Amino acid sequence: MMKCLFSFLAVILIFACAAPGPPKKKKLPIIGNKEVVNGDTIYHTIPDFSFIDQDSNLITNGTFKDKAYVVDFFFISCPTICPKTTKQMLRIYDQFKEEDGLKLVAHTVDPKRDSVAALKLYAHNLNVDSDRWHFVTGDKSDIYDIAEEYFSVAKEDPDAPGGFDHSGRFILVDKNRMVRSFCNGTDPGDVDRFMEDIQILLDEG
Amino acid sequence: MKGSSRILNGFFFIGIVFSLFSTLNSCEDKHPYFQGKILYENFCANCHMEDGSGLVEVIPPLAGSDYLIKYPEKLPCMIRYGISGKMEVNGKTYNTEMPGAPQLTEFEITNVINYVNTAWGNNYPIAKHLEIRAALEKCE
Repeated sequence: MMKCLFSFLAVILIFACAAPGPPKKKKLPIIGNKEVVNGDTIYHTIPDFSFIDQDSNLITNGTFKDKAYVVDFFFISCPTICPKTTKQMLRIYDQFKEEDGLKLVAHTVDPKRDSVAALKLYAHNLNVDSDRWHFVTGDKSDIYDIAEEYFSVAKEDPDAPGGFDHSGRFILVDKNRMVRSFCNGTDPGDVDRFMEDIQILLDEG
Repeated sequence: MKGSSRILNGFFFIGIVFSLFSTLNSCEDKHPYFQGKILYENFCANCHMEDGSGLVEVIPPLAGSDYLIKYPEKLPCMIRYGISGKMEVNGKTYNTEMPGAPQLTEFEITNVINYVNTAWGNNYPIAKHLEIRAALEKCE
């Protein structure tokens, strides 16, 4: 009898634990290979970088100290996906306009043609604030190397339309230089999901 | 044996008739300038966007664009050969080069223009094929 009562209580306890409490907040994963060194997990982090933006300001990791940022790769004369991805970046810019903890960085993959002046005009024509959305250029190999760190693609390819191959991916980086989410910047539905992820990251504080 | 193959042929025929009808039916719902819509999506929508909204002051809109009414005669040459330099649309100045689509025939250009003239609430005059041909002969 005692045994029976005990198992009855145990069953109740299990159900009570499994019962849906308040919904758990989704936590964003840390993306990339990780290594375990001396019992510590080492995650993929974005290395030091240094680029120039549309206002000729130096843009480094320090620019994003204590901030999250969204990254993409484009070029101004791009005949294919760039206007579409820029339009989606603009949605993110508008959605988080009042959010101090988020910045946007668009890297040109065509630094030869996309000079600082050209980037300035482009940003001006998009009516965006250069303090919140940096359009950066720099040494071509630096740009192509950093693209790999963001798990994106940027390279010269004479067979690609416009002469450059690049993915339309958007990448979300946290204040610890870790990649936390990404999406296909040509797909508005995927960008919706990405914007939810941005909010989750910002709520992490 | 012969009988069964005749039955099979019969089924095959019925299948063809059905698929033809379903194709016709699905075409009914589509835009009157359906070829123009497909061409638009392949050649124009990357920049002008599927909803014709353009991109702020980088790429001009086509939805509600006054340029379409003001300069209809310029459109065929722009589509075939592209255009560069400043242009004004709805009171805003744009200066992004547009590449041409030289592979489009005059019929295809007519269909693209008429798709744009009637899509997204646009209610602009329908271009006639002979007008497009005449305009294309005068391209600079």
